[in-house]
Amino acid sequence: MKLADDLTCADLVELVTEYHEGALSPPDRQRFEEHVVFCEGCASFLDQMRSTLTVLGRITEEDFAPETMDELLRAFQEWRRE
Amino acid sequence: MAELVAGGSVTFGDDLAVVAALRARDERAFVELVRTHGPTMLRVAMLYVRSRAVAEEVVQETWLGVLSSIDRFEGRSTLKTWLFRILTNVAKTRAEREGRSIPFSALGAADLEHDEPSVDADRFLPEGERWANHWASSPRRFDALPEHRLLSAEAMGVIQEEIDRLPEAQRAVATMRDVAGFGSDEVCEALGISEVNQRVLLHRARTKVRRALESYLEEDE
Repeated sequence: MKLADDLTCADLVELVTEYHEGALSPPDRQRFEEHVVFCEGCASFLDQMRSTLTVLGRITEEDFAPETMDELLRAFQEWRRE
Repeated sequence: MAELVAGGSVTFGDDLAVVAALRARDERAFVELVRTHGPTMLRVAMLYVRSRAVAEEVVQETWLGVLSSIDRFEGRSTLKTWLFRILTNVAKTRAEREGRSIPFSALGAADLEHDEPSVDADRFLPEGERWANHWASSPRRFDALPEHRLLSAEAMGVIQEEIDRLPEAQRAVATMRDVAGFGSDEVCEALGISEVNQRVLLHRARTKVRRALESYLEEDE
């Protein structure tokens, strides 16, 4: 895919994951970055996406039921005796 | 820090120590490994089966499988990848038995069909204006907010609810990539989807979560 020279903000927001995943070609990546340098709205949008990823990464994991851990330990001890 | 081991396979230093301890039947190493990966395994198992109880059974069965095959672990992948490969196999088998045999690739295709914009169209200037399709007004940076608001229990709750509302394949990809921290290749393999589809699903999921977070942060100004 080759991006148009007049990349709009509405186009850019659809490309943000391809950008983060390193899936844009070098010229498209450059066009993307040039747009962001001159566009306050898209710079803020990118910041919001980065913050969103930070929060997603901090979601607490599901806790293990203590009984599950107990059962696993019993299974381990049985396995060790084999 | 990858290193070569006998047989030419690549594995990681930490993995080698854990595998050696497990092979020596070291209970503490086992508990540590379960604590590290168990909760994420539960989250991933819940993507495949209907209930939390069944997901716990899947996780238990996985660990039994891990113990019975640890002596055959060859270090051709990381220990984590190997653990989750066993988990997804157990979970898929269990899902089929439950009558939920639709593969993620098919679910993904359904999720991919509905093409809605990542940002509401009315956030951009309309066609005909000089700056058509550019921001009508700039979004507000989240990093200007105090960090405790962004990472508050309430904000986490908003995100969790939004994840739960996502279409299944989007939820699976976002959970594995952004919550559990897997790489894209691991997610493609576990879910049986292409790199491109994985990226599209991830984009839809992330932008929906962003939208939910933005409206939460703005509503209680």
